[in-house]
Amino acid sequence: MTVGSPLNVFGILFSVITVSALLIWVERRLIGIWQDRLGPNRLGPLGLMQVAADMIKIFFKEDWTPPFADRPVFFIAPAIIMIATLTGFVVIPFAPGIGVVDFNFGLLYFLALSSLSVYSVVLAGYVSNNKYALLGSLRAAAQTISYEVFMGLSVMGVVMLAGSFNLREIVEAQRDVWFCLPQIAGLVTFTIAAIAEMHRAPFDLPEGEQELVAGFHMEYSGMKFGMFFVGEYLSVTLNAAMMVTLFFGGWLGPAFLPPLLWFMLKTSLVIIFFILVRSALPRPRYDQLMSFGWKVMLPVTLLNLLVTGAAVLSTQH
Amino acid sequence: METAVRQQKGAGVAPVIEALHGRFGAEGFVPQATHDGIPTVWLPKERLLEVLRYLKHEIGQPYGMLYDLAGIDERVRVHREGMPDSDFTVVYHLLSFGRNDDIRLKVALPESHPTLPSITGLWANANWYEREAFDMFGIRFEGHPNLRRILLPPTWNGHPLRKDHPARATEMEPFSLPEERQEREQEALKFVPEEWGMQRHSAESDFMFLNLGPNHPSVHGVFRVALQLDGEEIVDAVPDIGYHHRAAEKMGERQSWHTYIPYTDRVDYLGGSLNNLPYLMAIEKMAGIEVPERAQVIRVMISEFYRIASHLLFYGTFAQDIGQMSPIFYMFIDREKLFEIIEAITGARMHSSYFRIGGVAMDLPEGWAKRIREFIAYFPPRLDDYDTMVMENGLIRRRTRGIGAYTTNEAIEWGATGPGLRATGFGWDYRKARPYSGYQNFEFEIPIAQHGDCYDRCLVRVEEMRQSIRIIEQCVNNMPEGPHKAYHPLTTPPPKDRTMHDIETLIQHFLSVSWGPVIPPGEACITVEATKGLNGYYLTSDGNTMSYRTRIRTPSFPHLQMIPIMSRGLMIADLIAILASIDFVMADVDR
Repeated sequence: MTVGSPLNVFGILFSVITVSALLIWVERRLIGIWQDRLGPNRLGPLGLMQVAADMIKIFFKEDWTPPFADRPVFFIAPAIIMIATLTGFVVIPFAPGIGVVDFNFGLLYFLALSSLSVYSVVLAGYVSNNKYALLGSLRAAAQTISYEVFMGLSVMGVVMLAGSFNLREIVEAQRDVWFCLPQIAGLVTFTIAAIAEMHRAPFDLPEGEQELVAGFHMEYSGMKFGMFFVGEYLSVTLNAAMMVTLFFGGWLGPAFLPPLLWFMLKTSLVIIFFILVRSALPRPRYDQLMSFGWKVMLPVTLLNLLVTGAAVLSTQH
Repeated sequence: METAVRQQKGAGVAPVIEALHGRFGAEGFVPQATHDGIPTVWLPKERLLEVLRYLKHEIGQPYGMLYDLAGIDERVRVHREGMPDSDFTVVYHLLSFGRNDDIRLKVALPESHPTLPSITGLWANANWYEREAFDMFGIRFEGHPNLRRILLPPTWNGHPLRKDHPARATEMEPFSLPEERQEREQEALKFVPEEWGMQRHSAESDFMFLNLGPNHPSVHGVFRVALQLDGEEIVDAVPDIGYHHRAAEKMGERQSWHTYIPYTDRVDYLGGSLNNLPYLMAIEKMAGIEVPERAQVIRVMISEFYRIASHLLFYGTFAQDIGQMSPIFYMFIDREKLFEIIEAITGARMHSSYFRIGGVAMDLPEGWAKRIREFIAYFPPRLDDYDTMVMENGLIRRRTRGIGAYTTNEAIEWGATGPGLRATGFGWDYRKARPYSGYQNFEFEIPIAQHGDCYDRCLVRVEEMRQSIRIIEQCVNNMPEGPHKAYHPLTTPPPKDRTMHDIETLIQHFLSVSWGPVIPPGEACITVEATKGLNGYYLTSDGNTMSYRTRIRTPSFPHLQMIPIMSRGLMIADLIAILASIDFVMADVDR
């Protein structure tokens, strides 16, 4: 296990948070354009200062804790999602020489942290002592458990092909062909699971604006709400980076661009894809989501695993 | 006077009245002539239940739908020639699809003891109508399961549609909220499940009660549904209305016939001038005004524009409530184009109040046809796009097919009309069944669907937009020449061409403008196929500048009453889809 320099660590922390904050603007502008609107375009060049304005607003809003909530947990819940997703970035190999740590079970570490972040949502909804929030957290718990199962399984094909849990080695293993081709089923299932884990539309059932108004974060305001908000964008970035690492060859690419730029470019495209999905699709019902997970996605991942295993075995012998 | 004579002659004895006489004898039945030609008969209170049961179940081609039920305070009415003595009258308006005819039954009640047997056992939708009559007039319905106020808060004093109830704030004491009253009001707002007919727990589980509304993004206005939940499954859903009540019927009694027109725009505020139509046609019926052909076609054209505007908003919010964010923005762009046309013609966008007694406010502007032709070419391809985007979307289908379904019989039992009725496979459209304003001259189809679920209700509306475009196209191609308003002294504003020539016309004109026209005494109920179903105005004139009673029968009111039967056993997300598919407007429910 190697650890990156402090410059590396703080550089990554800073840029990850900046990118996530910027996503507030990116998402609003993109969805605006796709919906024949303008989106925020008044503040600064292209409306970019909107991010700053939003941040200022959210910092200076009254930080209200409802008297009926369980105070300590109410405080901790939004912090969990920030901590869990930020520490998830630790294992991402941005480019050769750029990354925080490099250890052999990077992929498992990522899966573990991504399931940890559900505590944030479940606890927030539970201690808010609000029925809508409670329903939201119930949905979040059920959804995360169901989708976690095949999220882990969907990347095992990649592990088989690469022969390692180490993310750098997985990237290196894609020199000949990116895993998005041999592992197309794994890619699709991982994408769906990732959207469900992030609680992004169309799988935003824990918030479900039209049904649960705001769901689990109903009672949150000010910076505590802001942490959920940025936490969501952090996890969008994290999952996009993970998809690029596992399926799109990480930093690999023709030499006319430096590896880090390749990585950022690919990650941005995946993020844009997530935003496009959000603006295009309606939301399934809670039980439909469950049965889709268990009855369709899980068998597909298992089958993928079986086929990949057979293929790996037959090429080795 | 002339019209009064005509109605007497024209009335005759309707076959259904003869049938009633044959069955129950003529004694106690007092027929009444009305301007709208609907057979109207007064009957004694004791016979009410058996007569209604006969009309619903036993008579050939029965009257299946309780179209409306409302009260009238008759205590200060002057022109009551030939009617039995009555302080409060309850009017039952039944509709028969087989006969394509209506009947109106009236029961006279004394002020001292205004009680009637409840007909909730006969028609399910009588429940809310009787509660409304109780709320507004203090008429008690014996045997009603839950006779509480429906539109006003439970702490209200008096019954507002009684003539002795003040209509203006200046006629009342200044409002104050001392602490003791505030506590009383808050106490009245507490949610007690038993009062709503719900149990707190069953043998297996404790239920959760979820208060959906009055402020919730998916209830489209101020509307509340109290949910009894077992997990996310809905055990029972009880709608609570009245948060949007603006006393539209009471205002009708103190606005002149002319100045009330803008209020009608705002009853179903998405329907705009389409709502002027039943109100004005009822007045024109009573005044004996023939509307010129050009005005009729203009009215049809504007009405269909508003139908498209309303359906587009429905379509967008329907997709949005199921979680699809984008279509509503595309549809708002189309709606904007449409409102630009309406604005060019009428001068206003959503509430144009463009129709007048006897015609429309002004003639079509120069070049009107060009913009409409552009829209006719532009819009249908957009609808095809939306089909791909929304109606053919697998998730939308899975979310809405088989959800919130009811049959044709249930629809009729509950008073459901409009697209909600046609989605069950019953192709009954007022524009075809009883054409008004010249609809018989247009070629269009009545879209229907088969399953009566959320998806089908949307499907019918989408197809209706295409048919509306067809009608508009025919209007553009065949717009007749001629005046845009009838030449009649009771039209507003009245004809002015002779005012400077003789004093009589000058005075007549002066009075008609300053007081408003005096409409001859009588009653008329006119219904149109509005955006959301059948919208009827039942006007009573006492020979005055103002209406004596303005009863507004709106489609959304009975539709909301169906929510419990549509949503039991489903999940919260389904309820949202059901609410979206009903397409209601709270101002249309509460008036």
